[in-house]
Amino acid sequence: MCTPAPYAGGVSAHPDRPVDWPQVRLHVVTGKGGTGKSTVAAALALALASSGRNVLLCEVEGRQGIARMFDVDPLPYEERRIAKGAPDATGRAGQVNALHIDVEAALLEYLAMYYKLGRAGKALDRFGVIDFATTIAPGVRDVLLTGKVYEAVQRQARSEKKSGRGRDPVLYDAVVLDAPPTGRISQFLGVNSELAGLAKVGPVKTQADKVMELLRSPRTAVHLVTILEEMPVQETSDGIAELRAAGLPVGGVVVNLVRPQALGAGALARVRDGDVDPTAIASELTRAMVDVDAGLVGSLLDEARDHAVRRQLEDEQRELVAAEGVPTYELPRIAGGIDHGALLEMAQMLREQGMA
Amino acid sequence: MSTPRTRRADAPVLDVDALIDDRSTEIIVCCGSGGVGKTTTSAALALRAAERGRKVVVLTIDPARRLAQSMGIEQLDNTPRPVADIDVSGGGSLDAMMLDMKRTFDEVVESQASAEKARQILENPFYVALSSSFAGTQEYMAMEKLGQLHREALADGTYDLIVVDTPPSRSALDFLDAPERLSSFLDGRLIRLLIAPARGPARLMTAGFSVVTNALGKILGGQMLRDVQTFVTALDTLFGSFRQRAEQTFALLQADATAFVVVAAPEPDALREAAYFVDRLTDDHMPLAGLVVNRASPSARTALSAEEAITAADRLRAGDSSSLTAGLLQLHADRVRIIEREQRLRERFAASHPSVPTAVVPAMASDIHDLDGLREIGEALADQG
Repeated sequence: MCTPAPYAGGVSAHPDRPVDWPQVRLHVVTGKGGTGKSTVAAALALALASSGRNVLLCEVEGRQGIARMFDVDPLPYEERRIAKGAPDATGRAGQVNALHIDVEAALLEYLAMYYKLGRAGKALDRFGVIDFATTIAPGVRDVLLTGKVYEAVQRQARSEKKSGRGRDPVLYDAVVLDAPPTGRISQFLGVNSELAGLAKVGPVKTQADKVMELLRSPRTAVHLVTILEEMPVQETSDGIAELRAAGLPVGGVVVNLVRPQALGAGALARVRDGDVDPTAIASELTRAMVDVDAGLVGSLLDEARDHAVRRQLEDEQRELVAAEGVPTYELPRIAGGIDHGALLEMAQMLREQGMA
Repeated sequence: MSTPRTRRADAPVLDVDALIDDRSTEIIVCCGSGGVGKTTTSAALALRAAERGRKVVVLTIDPARRLAQSMGIEQLDNTPRPVADIDVSGGGSLDAMMLDMKRTFDEVVESQASAEKARQILENPFYVALSSSFAGTQEYMAMEKLGQLHREALADGTYDLIVVDTPPSRSALDFLDAPERLSSFLDGRLIRLLIAPARGPARLMTAGFSVVTNALGKILGGQMLRDVQTFVTALDTLFGSFRQRAEQTFALLQADATAFVVVAAPEPDALREAAYFVDRLTDDHMPLAGLVVNRASPSARTALSAEEAITAADRLRAGDSSSLTAGLLQLHADRVRIIEREQRLRERFAASHPSVPTAVVPAMASDIHDLDGLREIGEALADQG
């Protein structure tokens, strides 16, 4: 499971292949800006929502990215059915729900749930406490966001003991968190330990300790999304080291936006070295009924050489990713952009590679 | 309406050289979502301005390691350092620094409070957490440092242009909101609430106050609430000057001597954030210079369409599944599709923001980690022919 699995090149779906993260209930997806972490989080949620399993996809950065990807109205602070997941070998799918975590609403809910504040909650709002807590107070935002995710994951655990009563909220087999970027992830997930350190005793400490216990347990995996370029790969490697130092469980690395694999290694080398016979290409083009003008063959070869150079750089970075020694998965760059169909395709690729 | 034959929405061109050559431009703020090349753009602009005769300091937030090394700022000491190996024949200069948010915060405290009080604050556990690790502090401190540099530049004339890279916020707006938020908080009732019990007799407290303090006590626990109150009280003396400075910085950002450059990549998310940011800048009367679209895919070298290429590739593969020519055609089709998509995204932006000057910078083959790379980017920024 630790070998880089190229998405193309004949990796066949393995219906009974074991998945890499059977114990994990909370999949945290992070990545440097521009690597497509939200796309990967959505694809992973679809991939996990197979064989009748329920999955919750959470976003915490207020961007309404989920609504846009799935082409639905902006999400309220409420769990909404958003899509059917990726079907398994027997064609059975599961359900993906989505939640856009709104910090102010989460704070009021949190206060009501844990402290039964009632009228005092409203008074806090009037005094600007809610506004202060969610915008200025250090770290409160992150505490609330992780707290809400904790609640959704724990809901499942409670039901295991009580074997679900009818009026319970939806129980999830897995929760996928579209988390803040790699540069901030350890801080984001570690915010509760910081808080527990500040509060020596009392309700804040108890709650913060519980959240940290989940985040540090084998029921959580933090996956990192990267592209095969120097800076994102470096940041991924730094991120892995930081997560490990903070005692947070590192999951896999998803290599996203991989260039098309239309040429094999041999062809790439020949193109790079200029070891291609242009007349042979020209005659093949003619056979394929393309109008060959003076510049066409040269232009195609120029473009291919560009591509070959970048593929070589990608290969170097791929080796660095592999050296991290965690499971890796690859997803292609999709020329037409991301829509619901593309997400489902990516979900199937993740399933084929054993991520879900 | 008078140009029926335009192939694409013609956004006006952002003339970077005119911007940096204009001596009345004193501050350039580069902003945009994470991962769009903001840091590289700021460094490239700063270097180009310096080599065209400006006395420049560039404030970066989180540069890539090798880029930082090449600029001589891998040390986080919060002091601008001269960048070696630049062309100073035009009379310019370039200093660079990396923001150390904790150091910046400490310096503010030290400069505003008595030695005894400063020590109290610096040792408070809440202060330590606030100044070093929690989200949001970076935005305030970037603005604080900008204000400092600007005051210094005015006082001693070391610099005539400050280029600022903004923090990789989850939302670029956090950065713009920082001074105002701080200000409104300082005027708020909460501050008075937190400070009151440490200061005065209980009779000053209204019924509402006690409901709130009781609730806070319940949530935070009595000990923690007392710690917070002590901390806020200790900081109280500083708050007045914090607010004043935040307001000054906000005014500085609005002034004509400032130019905002919004940076994006030709991706839907990055361009959406850019559009949002452009709107916000406009609403807040912040001076917008234009949009830089980084990492544009290199253009196709032949007019063969994606559809024709795919059809031909399929024909060839039917006979020979490993045909090299089919591979070339497929690569070409992929390239054309990406270019078309980027074009559509840019057109969409231009259609909703027709007056925003734009510069497009093609993707470089590898990452930028030296001055030559930055010069190349600067060249590409300026050359929009």
